[in-house]
Amino acid sequence: MPPTPAAAVAVTDLVVDRGKKPVLKNVSTAIAAGSVTGLLGPSGSGKTTFIRAVVGTQQVKSGTVEVLGHPAGSKPLRRRVAYVTQDASIYRDLSVKANVAYFAALYGKNRHEAMHAVERVGMGDHADRLAGNLSGGQKTRTSLACALVIEPEVLVLDEPTVGLDPVIREELWDQFRELARQGATLLVSSHVMDEADRCDRLLLLREGRFIADDTPADLRASTGTDNLEAAFLHLIRSLEGVN
Amino acid sequence: MSVRITFITAGRILRQLLNDRRTVGLILAVPALIIALISAIMDDSPQVFDTVGLILLAAFPFMLMFMITSITLLRERTGGTLERLMTTPTGKLDLVVGYALAFGAAAAAQTTVAATVAFVFLGLDTAGPAWVVLLICIVTSMLGMALGLFVSAFATTEFQAIQFMPVFVIPQLFLCGLIWPADQMAGWLQGVSDALPLTYAVKALTEVQLNPEVTDAMWGYLAVVFGAVLVATVLGAATLRRRTN
Repeated sequence: MPPTPAAAVAVTDLVVDRGKKPVLKNVSTAIAAGSVTGLLGPSGSGKTTFIRAVVGTQQVKSGTVEVLGHPAGSKPLRRRVAYVTQDASIYRDLSVKANVAYFAALYGKNRHEAMHAVERVGMGDHADRLAGNLSGGQKTRTSLACALVIEPEVLVLDEPTVGLDPVIREELWDQFRELARQGATLLVSSHVMDEADRCDRLLLLREGRFIADDTPADLRASTGTDNLEAAFLHLIRSLEGVN
Repeated sequence: MSVRITFITAGRILRQLLNDRRTVGLILAVPALIIALISAIMDDSPQVFDTVGLILLAAFPFMLMFMITSITLLRERTGGTLERLMTTPTGKLDLVVGYALAFGAAAAAQTTVAATVAFVFLGLDTAGPAWVVLLICIVTSMLGMALGLFVSAFATTEFQAIQFMPVFVIPQLFLCGLIWPADQMAGWLQGVSDALPLTYAVKALTEVQLNPEVTDAMWGYLAVVFGAVLVATVLGAATLRRRTN
């Protein structure tokens, strides 16, 4: 494997148990800076656990996770890494604007920058509504705005596009690409294969192990299929054939 | 700890509280109404009201703040915002002290309303000055708040949080001298009573009730209560975990 000098996230031999159940069984990867990496896999495969290990909120059994050269979750990273959880982590009894302004203020950003982030996720018309009264997709977008406003160097998103209108999903992916072009590193989990093509690199997670860590094009080529859903299936079948 | 982030956090919590108009109404009105009820019940014995009403003036905000705080922090825990905050520059003490400031302000407003009603309209009478009573009551409600912060760590649902009240609050109310004078309890119960912080709030109130001057003993008792607030707040911060399973 060629060395990756500019790895923004380096995971080595990561093992995580939740309770007695092993969730991540010795996974390693390196995520290049300024790229969009898709973390794909079925529900229950360990995607959220992997993501929580990267942002440093998951207790790990062994192995190391380094982000921007620091241990995951360490103090210097708390200004540079943003995390958007799967269920929108926002305050239901605050307005959209107040939610984003709060997270903005934690990073010394002003209300104007907060409002700009609200506009970017297409929530400008709903800025004064209470978050608790929003639809699921609107909550997700508000949660996303709370992360975008801090202009993170590493943005970690857990299933950010679930239940979103296709037009908005498209717009968000354009924004993710634009952020990466500007140098940010994005790790996006999804269980929808049609989003995989928007990523520079894919991590396919199944039952706590990476079964692929490749670019979408190489993945298609190596499995001899032209769509990623089929490529994923091919990989699983060939692994099970070996076992 | 960052003073700036602490105040931003307190501001956010107050804004959440103010957005919920019904809760604001309940916080401000309920203790005053309860005191009025007690006063009506004890209409024929104003001197009993002077004792019981005075203690209730501290005890009710103590109880309400315990409930409100433990549930609010629990919502932060279960709603995922706590985990999110733990990935931001917010420190554990920033968050807990932010809560203490926001709910401390709410406690002060609540107690001021209840004390005003008790002294002005219900004829509550103490030998010492009313401002000392108010001060004791505010510190006592902050004790309720701080205990609520701490206890919320041991509840995983709001249902459990509510049921911690009989565990952490009711024994203190029974043993603090509200329903029975502490010096007439069995010896071992007096020992327990002496170990509970609410008892010192009652002792401080008794000092104000009996002495026209503000006594050193009163300040001593109040310091014990305030010390308990600090200890519970720090313990509350210690229960927050950046990494969870």
